[in-house]
Amino acid sequence: MIEFHLDSRSGVAPYLQIVQQVKRALRLGLLEVGDQLPTVREVIAQITINPNTVFKAYRELEREGLVRSRPGAGTFVQHTLTSVSLASQAELRESLRRWLAGAFAAGMDSESMLALFLSALQEIQQEAPKGEEESV
Amino acid sequence: MNDVLETTSLERVALETTRLSKRYGKTWALQDCTLALPAGRVAALVGPNGAGKTTLLHLCAGLLEPTAGSVQVFGRSPREQTTETLPRLSFVAQDHPLYKDFTAADLLTMGRKLNARWDDALARTRLQSLGIPLKRPAGNLSGGQQAQMALVLGLAKRPDLLLLDEPLASLDPLARRDFLRTLLDAVAESGLTTLLSSHIIGDLERVCDYLIILSASHVQLAGDILEITRTHWRLIGPRQEVEAVAKGQMIIEASHTARQTTLLVRTNTPIQEPGAAAPWAVEEASLEDIVLAYLGQQAREQATERERLEVAQ
Repeated sequence: MIEFHLDSRSGVAPYLQIVQQVKRALRLGLLEVGDQLPTVREVIAQITINPNTVFKAYRELEREGLVRSRPGAGTFVQHTLTSVSLASQAELRESLRRWLAGAFAAGMDSESMLALFLSALQEIQQEAPKGEEESV
Repeated sequence: MNDVLETTSLERVALETTRLSKRYGKTWALQDCTLALPAGRVAALVGPNGAGKTTLLHLCAGLLEPTAGSVQVFGRSPREQTTETLPRLSFVAQDHPLYKDFTAADLLTMGRKLNARWDDALARTRLQSLGIPLKRPAGNLSGGQQAQMALVLGLAKRPDLLLLDEPLASLDPLARRDFLRTLLDAVAESGLTTLLSSHIIGDLERVCDYLIILSASHVQLAGDILEITRTHWRLIGPRQEVEAVAKGQMIIEASHTARQTTLLVRTNTPIQEPGAAAPWAVEEASLEDIVLAYLGQQAREQATERERLEVAQ
């Protein structure tokens, strides 16, 4: 079961934070097809949030076809967002770690690494504008 | 449960006021207040002390007679059609007053005998889950427990409209969270409409989905919180270009340094992105910034008004 958290200072609307956290869990494989999302009252018990906000987040996820609510039963995952298998994710993670270790050894700090990563990502996206990149 | 909230109650109006006004002697406590609160919402009524929040809540609960204008709870007057309205609303006054010598069990008995729609099982379940002992006099409970007790009594009446006057003011952060959790769980369970006044604006976005800003006895802004945050922007740019940027937008707040102007504007049209031609930075304004801007606007207008009066004399 996924557990939500809210950052009051992030400036991101609470319903969007829930949407993003579900999507992240779908990408990381923490939620799989058929899994149930917490009920509204469970979310309230977790993070003291307005029930209408949770409904709104779940409706948004349903609109995007990621979950489906079954009246009386709950809300269930219908699609995941994992484009690559978990095994190859682990591999990619390992090679990223090696890259990071190299960058640290070369004397880079995390901010410049992030900047470098983002600018390289941008470069690749501009070269191949066919991917299904999402801004969220 | 989800379906009930979404389809039947969302846009029905729970509480409607039309040019509602209340005067004490020569002083207007509330003036020309026009609102329509959709059912099922959790609405925050914010404003400084003395803005008229308590007066508005008392008018809605039927405890005060309006000087002018009208108030309707689910389409009926809380003072004239009392048998239709009063069973449907609960009002928890400031500092959650309880009969201090009564035990929780006594208070439940009282509630049961005085209210036709009373839900004793609900009250007992909630008290038990909150760990509030039934046999202890209310005066001996902690401040947080007294607040919870008052809320549980208000909820056990099974209201369709719950009015809370400064429910969070005297609570520490932990008690505040527990109190809100009880409230929001009841909202999820029954779909009731809530109007709560507060001068604490942090965390409002988490709890409330509707906002009413009251200051100097007038409504400054009322609406859906997401809608409010989507239509307010902070613009930062060179000082000389205020007029051009402000075109078609309502300026809520403006501050200047020698070179820079910062504006908080309200606009229903998409804001123009800052480009080379218009070197303005555009940022989303936080709810807290928006509330403070409106309250500050009112304070400035009052100051200008005083200045005018002094000049006139």
